[in-house]
Amino acid sequence: MDLITVSVQLLNAVQYGTVLFLVASGLTLVFGILGVINLAHGAFYMLGAYLAYWIALMTGSFALAMLGGVLIAFIVGMLLETVFVRLLYGRDHLAQVLLSFGLILVIDEIRQLLFGKDVHAVAPPAWLAGSIQLTDNLSYPVYRLAICVFCLMVAAAIFFVITRTKIGMIVRAGAENREMARVLGIKFDRVNRYVFAVGIALAALGGIVIAPISTVFPGMGDGMLILSFVVVVLGGIGSVAGAAVGALLIGLTDTFGKVFFPSVSSILIYVLMAAVLLWRPSGILGRRDV
Amino acid sequence: MFEMNATRLRVWLFTLACLIAAIALPFLAPTYYVQFFAKALIMGMLAMALNLVVGHGGLVSLCHAAFFGLAGYVLALLSPRYDAASLLTTFPLAVLSSAAAGLVIGALALRTRGIYFIMVTLAFGEMLFFFFHDTKVAGGSDGIFINVRPEIAVAGRQLLDLDKPITFYFFVLACLVGVVALLTMVVRSPFGHALAAARDNERRARSLGFPIFRIRLIAFALSGGLAGVAGYLAAAQFGFVAPQMLGWHQSATVLVMVLIGGLRSVTGPLVGALVLIGLEEVLKAHLDNWKLAEGLIIIGIVVMLPNGIRQIWPMIFGSSPEVPVDAGRAEAEHAVAEARHA
Amino acid sequence: MHEIALRAECLQKRFGGLAAVRDVSIDVHVGEIHAVIGPNGAGKSTLINLLSGELFANAGEILLGATNITAFAPDRRARAGLGRAYQKTTIFPKFSVHENVRLAAQARSSAPLRMFGGVQSDTECHRRAADAIGNAGLSGRSQVIADRLSHGEQRQLEIAMVLATDPRIILLDEPLAGMGQSEAREIIALIASLKIGRAVLIVEHDMDAVFELADRLTVMQDGGVIATGLPQEVRTHPAVRAAYLGNYGDVA
Ligand SMILES: Nc1ncnc2c1ncn2[C@@H]1O[C@H](COP(=O)(O)OP(=O)(O)OP(=O)(O)O)[C@@H](O)[C@H]1O
Ligand SMILES: [Mg+2]
Repeated sequence: MDLITVSVQLLNAVQYGTVLFLVASGLTLVFGILGVINLAHGAFYMLGAYLAYWIALMTGSFALAMLGGVLIAFIVGMLLETVFVRLLYGRDHLAQVLLSFGLILVIDEIRQLLFGKDVHAVAPPAWLAGSIQLTDNLSYPVYRLAICVFCLMVAAAIFFVITRTKIGMIVRAGAENREMARVLGIKFDRVNRYVFAVGIALAALGGIVIAPISTVFPGMGDGMLILSFVVVVLGGIGSVAGAAVGALLIGLTDTFGKVFFPSVSSILIYVLMAAVLLWRPSGILGRRDV
Repeated sequence: MFEMNATRLRVWLFTLACLIAAIALPFLAPTYYVQFFAKALIMGMLAMALNLVVGHGGLVSLCHAAFFGLAGYVLALLSPRYDAASLLTTFPLAVLSSAAAGLVIGALALRTRGIYFIMVTLAFGEMLFFFFHDTKVAGGSDGIFINVRPEIAVAGRQLLDLDKPITFYFFVLACLVGVVALLTMVVRSPFGHALAAARDNERRARSLGFPIFRIRLIAFALSGGLAGVAGYLAAAQFGFVAPQMLGWHQSATVLVMVLIGGLRSVTGPLVGALVLIGLEEVLKAHLDNWKLAEGLIIIGIVVMLPNGIRQIWPMIFGSSPEVPVDAGRAEAEHAVAEARHA
Repeated sequence: MHEIALRAECLQKRFGGLAAVRDVSIDVHVGEIHAVIGPNGAGKSTLINLLSGELFANAGEILLGATNITAFAPDRRARAGLGRAYQKTTIFPKFSVHENVRLAAQARSSAPLRMFGGVQSDTECHRRAADAIGNAGLSGRSQVIADRLSHGEQRQLEIAMVLATDPRIILLDEPLAGMGQSEAREIIALIASLKIGRAVLIVEHDMDAVFELADRLTVMQDGGVIATGLPQEVRTHPAVRAAYLGNYGDVA
């Protein structure tokens, strides 16, 4: 394999990893802060993609689709936290799993009612539609590059918020030691609502940016949910940096796995997960005492 | 003490009545209902198997559909195309494969706790799903047919043929009784008590000297094997296996059955399976968007009946809210009391 | 001098930058109660956790009798004859007193993980459990669900569970914590009876109880041992007097 192909695959891996990071960081934040396992996270990724398709269809603008999709997801997240996620606090894991499973069924049917169950394609914005010619017979879509850049920007923003702002400090305190944070007088009610809404919005955003390079189909949320779980297991629960490491690892494993071991590529990420579990059961950047 | 014996007698009589009704069913009901009931019993078996780890072990597993489906695939792969497979070889092989998968996945997943455990089991379950979905081993995403159901034949003479609906039904019933007996025995044994102890207080159980990891691993593999029993029967019944059989939605649905039936008893999940499958059937018959209703009902059940449908009784009749403890435990305590008085 | 039941040599435990236990060596003899005292955060609980295996030492060795148990997991140490009670009561709250103690006896029975036959068939187990319950002063309470017990009774239950595992050495972390005067008297008498044929290591803040019970005393501060010996020697040790002046005035 020559250098150009390697770099193209590397770009693919990074692009895949960054989208994965968006979705998984939402999931890990909700775990870390709310202490809730939300199986419906993937459903919001799927919903984001369908929203993007629908808004783009209505308005003809991908930018509007993105903005509208994220906004709608955020609002839905706020509402859901108030009426639904509340039911999950303090319940055991089994109840959380089943409540969010019920939510998946509901979301799937709502999607069915609103958008049907057809498979759709979404056009990228016109100014990102082209390709960059790398060699005579190799080109790279500009939109994929744009995804990389955009997702890295979002990732940087997330890290900035978490490491540099007061909100972020609260969030970290909550993830580290919830009891301690409560004693220090941090009110989790509002924090919870925003964190959940942001988590949902990140999942939807992942679905929106992926829509133009993948197809939009009903089952897309499930695959993403599993991948996000693997990312979180690799990186360590509640750790956004861990999610970044995990997402990148999966991006690389999956992309290069498809190149080198095409027949078993879908199994490789699980092998990776098994290896990490043997090596560090609480994740690469997870706290050891889990 | 007299009251205690009366309760026990009632339980036995009730069990006996259920068994007699189940045996009488194929002679009274049309074949369709017999098949439907057999399917429900098979799912009940899966739910009971799962409950060994969920209810008694406190481990929420989301990969039991994979053990279920794996056994089905083993049967499909071992079945000759135009001939019946031998029940005596394929059945143990299928069950052992599922137990082995349980052993491997359990050994990895049990290194983690809580939320991690859920995610890891889900992921490994999906790994098996993708294995059958993406590779050409067994028909890929289209699945694979089992054209002739397995049989027991000795020297060319057919002794048991699962192709006959009645024979199949009674075979399922026999397996069910076997699974219930085995699970009851395990739950009441020292092993079962140690498993429950590890669920209630892992730290204490360990510092008393119980090897927690080994106990849970054995339970997980056993539960995987029993899920395999159900999977083998399901594959034989439908004559077809597809990757969806291993999907995690299936696992989650079975978890719902477990919750409906109650976590603390052996046969509760069987009741849960009958309730949920019956409910699905009714919803499917009357609603286009039946999954919406099912989702809402699941949410309602989890919110309002955290201890399953046995809660409904006191809710309606306003009697003691004290949920009866696991029959096995009550019995053990009863025996203890007797031993003390002696 | 009695035979040594448990010996720790140069144990070290670091939490990040903090050396919670450093260079601690301790011998616990059969037939003796060895008390470990020290101010809050001295590293006493950490020491017990190192001995019981719940934490692994960064350095040092632990011998149980002649067996080197440094690398043993907690359950294996328990099976080797080490029993412990926790600073915060740690029982099976939803089980009856008898079931709690029976489980402890089961853990040390000949077939602790037998999968066939009910638990009631192991009469030896039941007898050991009943004995332990009696010795811990809980006879008559054995059918009560554990979380309905009073705090003092729960501590008794914990000791009963330890007894039922038939240990060679018992580690007790603040068994008198949060206990009323009369409850404490009962537990003190119970603890005093534990040393017959066994070794006992106890961590306790109640100095009256410590000086009543202890045959040997080790004083810890900031993760290290500052004095060890017979109670009357330690009482007059200058470093101990200095360490305790702020906390208890005069020791005892
Ligand atoms: N898991 C842990 N991680 C980090 N630091 C710890 C941990 N456990 C204990 N420590 C620290 O180690 C030191 C010793 O703690 P330890 O609990 O052993 O003290 P102690 O002597 O038992 O105190 P007390 O009398 O209050 O029970 C303390 O400074 C404590 O904060
Ligand atoms: Mg302490």
